[in-house]
Amino acid sequence: MQAFEYANPASLQEALGQLGNKWGEADVLAGGTDQLSLMKEYLATPKRLVNIKNIKELGGIQNSKTGLRIGATVTLEELAENAEVRKAFPALAEAARGVSSPQIRNMGTVGGDLCQRPRCWYFRQGFGVLATKDGQALVPNGENRYHAILDNEGPAYFVSASSLGPALVALGAKVRLASASGHREVAAAKFFVKPANENAREIALLPNEILTEIIVPHEGTKNATYEVRQKEALDWPLATASVALKMKGSTVVSARIVLGHVAPTPWAATQADQALAGKAITAESAEEAAKAALADAKPLSQNGYKVQLARVAVKRALLEAVKA
Amino acid sequence: MPDTPNTPNYAWPDMEKRRVMGKPTKRLDGPMKSSGRAKYASDYKQDGLLYGALLTSPHAHARVTSIDTSEAEKLSGVTAVHTIASAGMELMWRGQEVASVAAETEEIAKDATRKIKVQYEVLPHLVREDDLAKAGARAKPAGEQVKGDPDKAFQEADAVVEQHYGIPVITHCCLEPHGNAIEWKGDHVNLYPSTQNVSGIGGDLSNNLKIPAPNVHVQMQYIGGGFGSKFSADLWGLEAARLSKASGGRPVKLFLDRPTELMIAGNRPSGYANVKIAGKKDGTITAWQSESWSTGGIGGGGSPPIPYVFDGIPNQRKNHTAVSTNCGGVRAWRAPNHQQACYLTDTAIEDLAAKLNLDPLVVFEKNLGLTPRADVYRAQLQKGAELIDWQKLWHPRGQSGPGSIKRGLGVAMSTWGGGGHNSQCRTNIHPDGTVEVELCTQDLGTGTRTIITMVAAETLGLPLGAVALKIGDSSLPPSGASGGSTTVGGVSSSSRKSAVNALAKLFDAVAPSLGTTPDQLAAVDGRVQVKNDPSKSLTWKAACQKLGVKGISEMGENNQRNPGGLNSSGVGGVQMADVSVDTETGIVKINKAVAVQDIGLVINPTTAESQIHGGCIMGICAALFEERVMDQQTGYMLNPDMEFNKLAGIGDIGEIIVHLDITPEHDKRGPVGLGEPAAIALITAIANATANAIGVRVPEIPLTPNRVLAALERRNA
Amino acid sequence: MSSKKYPDAPEKPKNGFSRRGFIRGVGIGSGALGTVGLLVETPAEAAPAAGVAGPGEVPVTLQINGKPVKLNIEPRVTLVDALRNYLDFTGAKKVCDRATCGACTVIMDGKVVYSCTVLAIDAQGKDIQTIEGISQNGKLHPVSAAFVNHDAQQCGYCTPGFVMAVKGYLDKHPNPTYEDVQKGLGGNLCRCGTYVGVRKAVLEAAKEMKGGHNA
Repeated sequence: MQAFEYANPASLQEALGQLGNKWGEADVLAGGTDQLSLMKEYLATPKRLVNIKNIKELGGIQNSKTGLRIGATVTLEELAENAEVRKAFPALAEAARGVSSPQIRNMGTVGGDLCQRPRCWYFRQGFGVLATKDGQALVPNGENRYHAILDNEGPAYFVSASSLGPALVALGAKVRLASASGHREVAAAKFFVKPANENAREIALLPNEILTEIIVPHEGTKNATYEVRQKEALDWPLATASVALKMKGSTVVSARIVLGHVAPTPWAATQADQALAGKAITAESAEEAAKAALADAKPLSQNGYKVQLARVAVKRALLEAVKA
Repeated sequence: MPDTPNTPNYAWPDMEKRRVMGKPTKRLDGPMKSSGRAKYASDYKQDGLLYGALLTSPHAHARVTSIDTSEAEKLSGVTAVHTIASAGMELMWRGQEVASVAAETEEIAKDATRKIKVQYEVLPHLVREDDLAKAGARAKPAGEQVKGDPDKAFQEADAVVEQHYGIPVITHCCLEPHGNAIEWKGDHVNLYPSTQNVSGIGGDLSNNLKIPAPNVHVQMQYIGGGFGSKFSADLWGLEAARLSKASGGRPVKLFLDRPTELMIAGNRPSGYANVKIAGKKDGTITAWQSESWSTGGIGGGGSPPIPYVFDGIPNQRKNHTAVSTNCGGVRAWRAPNHQQACYLTDTAIEDLAAKLNLDPLVVFEKNLGLTPRADVYRAQLQKGAELIDWQKLWHPRGQSGPGSIKRGLGVAMSTWGGGGHNSQCRTNIHPDGTVEVELCTQDLGTGTRTIITMVAAETLGLPLGAVALKIGDSSLPPSGASGGSTTVGGVSSSSRKSAVNALAKLFDAVAPSLGTTPDQLAAVDGRVQVKNDPSKSLTWKAACQKLGVKGISEMGENNQRNPGGLNSSGVGGVQMADVSVDTETGIVKINKAVAVQDIGLVINPTTAESQIHGGCIMGICAALFEERVMDQQTGYMLNPDMEFNKLAGIGDIGEIIVHLDITPEHDKRGPVGLGEPAAIALITAIANATANAIGVRVPEIPLTPNRVLAALERRNA
Repeated sequence: MSSKKYPDAPEKPKNGFSRRGFIRGVGIGSGALGTVGLLVETPAEAAPAAGVAGPGEVPVTLQINGKPVKLNIEPRVTLVDALRNYLDFTGAKKVCDRATCGACTVIMDGKVVYSCTVLAIDAQGKDIQTIEGISQNGKLHPVSAAFVNHDAQQCGYCTPGFVMAVKGYLDKHPNPTYEDVQKGLGGNLCRCGTYVGVRKAVLEAAKEMKGGHNA
């Protein structure tokens, strides 16, 4: 890890003043579960690290009529255990529980989950977020079993590592970002971006901004998340699906189905949404929606199996969502 | 056999007369470990301690063109920089050592390695061997071996199976990485290694450093895993020594970081094969043919002994090819070559059984005549079948009923040598009654401390707490390296002999005061008594007082070539698996594993069972999760971590049932090692159970969703 | 095979030597628990920019097992390195060093965390409990005792972290079922294969701790 100076601000305003305008000047430290690993690999070498865990206004979960406000430094454990979250947004609680290490859940934060960098092993070995060597993309002809099956025409091939992202997109959440010059709000669906070049990031956050909170609107959906993970112990999912269904009786009025770990961003499967409108959720309709969700999948040389896994995730998430 | 002072009877006490040995006993160092007080080499602390770090090659194959260490040397806090590679030197794998540094802190040491400027000329590499066709000149066939008339046998067979199988390279992933702390002051070295070889590592170091062997003092009380990878001083051990000397003799601690550990500190070679196997309708195996290949790094790889266990198959043709790859080198991996051999053989037998529509248990039993231990295996197969409820749960391949979750059973068999390594032990009985047992062995977590103490306590008629054991120090009598499951045989025999010898001396001293001859005495329950008249006795302490001022110090030795009937080599084992496969996701879950193991005389059933549990869990890791992923484009290992280099967690292992095959016949053979045999067969049993469940062979392990789903797709095609 | 190139072997340590205060170390052969000494000196560093510390050494106070401990470290020093290298709490082990394996587990403000992935400077003001702090008056903690009773350890290198993870788990879930244990302790890895014993140990320790033996 490269040496850095450590800032420990008590207020958001103070913290924002300590950030830089370019990546690499100052990084934000929350739970640290990804940030410190990146720094140990010299993938992040900030001159300054700004700890935001002692900023009270970034914590806590508050409910209001319009929605649930989740502070950026709320831990995955707090999220998974929160009664309101469990009641109204099981998709989110289950996504947090899917991080099956109590230690990570105690340390990792909601903001950190959204801002974590890809787990692509080429990236982690120093070949950049686009995974290139001598200008050539390594993923298409390389070890791509864990890479994207959707939106994978390049230049990015990694999958978004966020556990909460798909659920937040399905639930129509908004992400609030603060900078010294003010606040802005971004739909969760727009927060994640596929980088077009090596200097771009996978998220809409700018170097001088801090993710402050997430607002999940109360839309009264039946929602669920299903993860396909090989291990019971801590393990990255191979594919996940989060679904949020507006229902009238047993009929789907509208659906939002979002896949995780299949594309550089949480992947909104709008074809599946349409396939379900006006239908009841049954094994058959769920299966059809699952097929529709993956209709555009174009697997790479080694990851065709993920198409099947993502289908299973969609089907099982839908059936879970409507379970009594 | 009459006991006489001149020819001591070393034989193990009769099974039914043992009071300590054979009784489940908690490991004696358990409280030290579970309280965090056990100090490992990596925990070494000393005033003035320096931290060492390595700079390693970023390329799989390259020639060094220049090295400049000046910036590193200038860094404040750096005490020594040493170049290992030099201009012109060819580096053969990523992670190969280039330079080392010592510094006041771990952070500075790491900073310093990054300030060393090295220029490389990058050379072509090969890092994958799974496709033999791409290996080119790196493939070195050993030549064909033929036995009988395989062509005729294949023609005349009722069924022939041809199938590809593969088992990948995996790494030891010892939790305590390789390394040591070392202090080289003047012509003396104090070495604190993490090693399976406390007695021998000093010699390795002294040879390389050109200092007299007696000047190297080695100490190690605890080691955080070895599994066959920690025998030598290693280049990084020598580097730490040089750094210490160059830093004025201050101690240097140099342990590999996790990525380097996984890249260069050893691995299990792969094993791939195209196998052809033939049999008769009744299940008799008649012919075997295999084209196998493997890699263990630049030097090629291990040659698995196939066909495994059933090596008596009358007609065989086989050829093994070693593939030289630009990867870190092979090291012994708990049952070297046997996991691969078991996998390549017992999968093929299971597939032959499926083709013949026979229960694989029937086929295994039918062919036991082709194995060296038919009777042992027969009994073990029956016991295993009973424990896993084979008769009720087994079904013909693929006939797993409706639903997407398919359950299946599988079996595989193992063999191993073991025996007892050379070992010397000293037993001291002091006039105040204290007893010390001293030998330079090591406890890898296998329970060696506990079993030596049990043997001495049994022999001397004392409780465990009355025996003080000293191990892990090279000033003690030498004992072999802990490898190949030879420790328990060696140390139990030498400690038995030395305790018997010491006791004989005590009897000599005590006999007159009890009015009898030494041969009439016995040590029982903390007393020395006359055999035929227990009313004539002395407490242990009173007996020892008869020694006057001069204590007893007696040696005992196990000679590998002539173990004197106290230990044996050669064991068999059967392991079975009950799995459920989610055919929608390809995820395999273990319901139950059964291990039936012949291990001769069992000194401590508690630690023996634990070791078998461990062997089974390693089998589960290897069957389901583990593989070293190499990228041919970059020459990199892509998963030098514990995240994508996956190990099972507590919820991934199912139920494990261990049956120690304790019988009077096995017991008579004395102790036989257990570490390797327990770690062989479960991998294959799980693979066979998966084939049984889903109706098709998944040719290569680990049984990850991608491989299982691909096999299902082929079945459905 | 190698060329040898040493800088002049220093008679005395270089300039950097005295910057770090040394803690009286405990040798390898000692079974003593980690002891905490006093810093011998405080490094002279240029005054940092307002509101920031480092990148050089800074004074840090950690509350470990109920006692304040002072040390001088760079902000980049992780808690596990502070415990192991700068102090002598070596129960927590550094194994993966990437928040995966759990060997470095300690309890911070009542919660299990990976100490490899906490900056020591960031742990100031927190109540840090290490394996060294859970035995009371020389008596094993019920979790440690249960690990001994069920042989839940082989090489023992994962054990201190596992014991802390189990303690943290049981503090929160006093009545776990066998199935709960399988799902609730997914943050620790063992290489020797001791999980069979660990599962039994967790259930036994749960009973013991409810019996009022919990420290």
